[in-house]
Amino acid sequence: MTGAALAATLVLAASASTPTVGSKQFGESLVLGELAAQLARDAGAPAEHRAALGGTRVVWEALVRGDVDLYPEYTGTIARELLGGAVPAGDPAALRAALAARGVGMTRSLGFEDTYALGMRRARAAELGISRVSDLARAPGLRLGFTNEFMDRGDGWPALRARYRLPQRDVRGLEHEVAYAALAAGEIDVTDLYSTDPEIRRHDLVVLEDDLHAFPPYDAVYLYRLELERRAPAALEAIRRLEGRIDARAMIAMNARAELDGVAPARVASEFLRATLGVASAPEEEGRTSRILRRTREHVALVAVALLAAIALAVPLGVVAARRPGAGRLVLGAVGVVQTVPSLALLVMMIPLLGIGARPAVAALFLYGLLPIVRNTHAGLTGIALELRESAAALGLPPRARLRLVELPLATPAILAGVKTSAVIAVGTATLGALVGAGGYGQPILTGVRLASVPLILEGAIPAALLALVAQGLFDLAERWLVPRGLRRARAAGAIR
Amino acid sequence: MRADESTEGAPAIELREVVKRYGGAEGLGPVSLAVPAGRTVALIGPSGAGKSTLLRLVLGLVAPDRGEVRLRGAPLRPEDHAARRRLGYVVQGGGLFPHLTAGRNAALVARHLRWPEARVTARLEELAALTRFPAEALARFPHELSGGQAQRVSLMRALFLEPEVLLLDEPLGALDPITRADLQADLRAIFASLGKTVLLVTHDLAEAVFFAHELVLLRDGRVLQRGSLDALVRAPADPFVARFVHAQRALGLPPGAPP
Repeated sequence: MTGAALAATLVLAASASTPTVGSKQFGESLVLGELAAQLARDAGAPAEHRAALGGTRVVWEALVRGDVDLYPEYTGTIARELLGGAVPAGDPAALRAALAARGVGMTRSLGFEDTYALGMRRARAAELGISRVSDLARAPGLRLGFTNEFMDRGDGWPALRARYRLPQRDVRGLEHEVAYAALAAGEIDVTDLYSTDPEIRRHDLVVLEDDLHAFPPYDAVYLYRLELERRAPAALEAIRRLEGRIDARAMIAMNARAELDGVAPARVASEFLRATLGVASAPEEEGRTSRILRRTREHVALVAVALLAAIALAVPLGVVAARRPGAGRLVLGAVGVVQTVPSLALLVMMIPLLGIGARPAVAALFLYGLLPIVRNTHAGLTGIALELRESAAALGLPPRARLRLVELPLATPAILAGVKTSAVIAVGTATLGALVGAGGYGQPILTGVRLASVPLILEGAIPAALLALVAQGLFDLAERWLVPRGLRRARAAGAIR
Repeated sequence: MRADESTEGAPAIELREVVKRYGGAEGLGPVSLAVPAGRTVALIGPSGAGKSTLLRLVLGLVAPDRGEVRLRGAPLRPEDHAARRRLGYVVQGGGLFPHLTAGRNAALVARHLRWPEARVTARLEELAALTRFPAEALARFPHELSGGQAQRVSLMRALFLEPEVLLLDEPLGALDPITRADLQADLRAIFASLGKTVLLVTHDLAEAVFFAHELVLLRDGRVLQRGSLDALVRAPADPFVARFVHAQRALGLPPGAPP
């Protein structure tokens, strides 16, 4: 399995003559990803931007595996989180040496720092007399709400708590955008933020001074696969033009455009490139219709491939389960266990095996699709009246013929209902595929959540809901084709269950 | 079929010391029973006596725990599909497949065996005439048939491959009295004209007497007595035989039945 995955990765990496840019799931990373992709295109390399791939770990793994060639990162994160704290974040030469051992290169600083910081509402901070992080030790009752990544990261909350000996117990994990809303509503008192977040100004927040220097420097850089220097030197050179060209003010302004004004990251990046570097890069803006059509193709492909594979395996499994009660319990138990794995966890577990993109998403959807079909096939077959099963056997039909001529036709309504359930679930779950770079309707939903843009969320959510309805309708039609006429009429007449 | 296992004179159906247990005490056997070729034998007895189990043992739908079942002297092997095709089986209610038309139900195995379509059609016409089933109703689905029609289709299906033996499990059980009387007469005529071996299960003594040359009375999984009604009445093998016969006779036998 690992060998095959490795081979597939090598093929993928070798065949990708064009640089693939990745980004994390927040506005600034999206904009920085766009900047790199557009500069590469300007240099003649048709770069692809796999936007909002996931958190730090997912994108870093994708880089190391070769699924992406370059993505924006921060030196503090590199030192603490990716290299395990062995190298000081403030020593670029040491970072480069440590990264080179993994086949990864690092640009110089892009010109700004986006450090972790703690923020409070101005009124609340003034009321408690808090202006530095060390002041927090005096107010043990404060409610803290941190992003999930910050809660777990080596350079996040654990480091901060140890350094400042903070006593707070009411600490919970939230999404970044939710944390700002909770802070504004007074539900929490303190949250982690990024120093370039435009919300700091918008919500009039106080950034607490890191007086004991718990946070390392977080200079923005690009990480790239060293082989890119040979494979696409012109593109890399073009991207390097950004070194030292983005100051904190410019980045905050771009973040505000993208996150507060809802301007597409591609356009924000293009405007910056024109103004600062004189690069007339066309943001790859497709029209809404073609965008939705492309995502529909991606989404339908994910669902269709996964569903067909699930049917191909689940119906035979259901037959085996119905034939052999012992094996049946085992099969039903196994596919039931798969169903209890949270979809996000299943997707992330697929990445080491299958990389990012459509493959892990299809694999996860396939696994989720099994249970309803297996269970309904089993129930459909075991629900056939004993008298009918015995009549078929008594006629002298061999088991396969009984299955084909009598049992499967009689179980068709149940099997179809299972397939329909699987299809509708798959249409919904496939939106999570965007988390691992599979595209589809999840892409605008995910980006919309990151950018707090309701129109963007709806651009994914509405087609996804429509597709679920269409799938449902198609299966109702399929029922007319596939359920034997006599059975349909008998059911309509109430003659049988 | 090996010569030493089958002879012309062997009974069409033979059970030798057959035992079948279901969980606790109930079950069948040990039972030994031979049905000579060309005879009609009725299995009678109260519910739970093991009548249906006996038929299902003959069909190989359930396997005996002990003893063996022989067809024409040859031991019945498990899942012997060819042997089952030499038996025609009709159950209460017909056991028709709801997704197939009457004609498709009747010809299911013949089509599976790739009979030419002309032969299938000819056989269907022949059987419809024999069972007095309206030919135009062959295109109907089971839920569109009356109870009597469904039972005639079930009989056509059982007879399609010209089996040597007919096994009928309460074939008239689910029918109203008028339909029942019609079908009963037709069935007896068919049995007589075909000269097949018939093993019929019923809880109804009058029906058994109407069809059968011989009665076999079962109770609690064992054969209590075998013989004509006359023998059962005049020389009951034990008090239950006498009780069973008298209780049923009190309900009245159809006219023409032997006293």
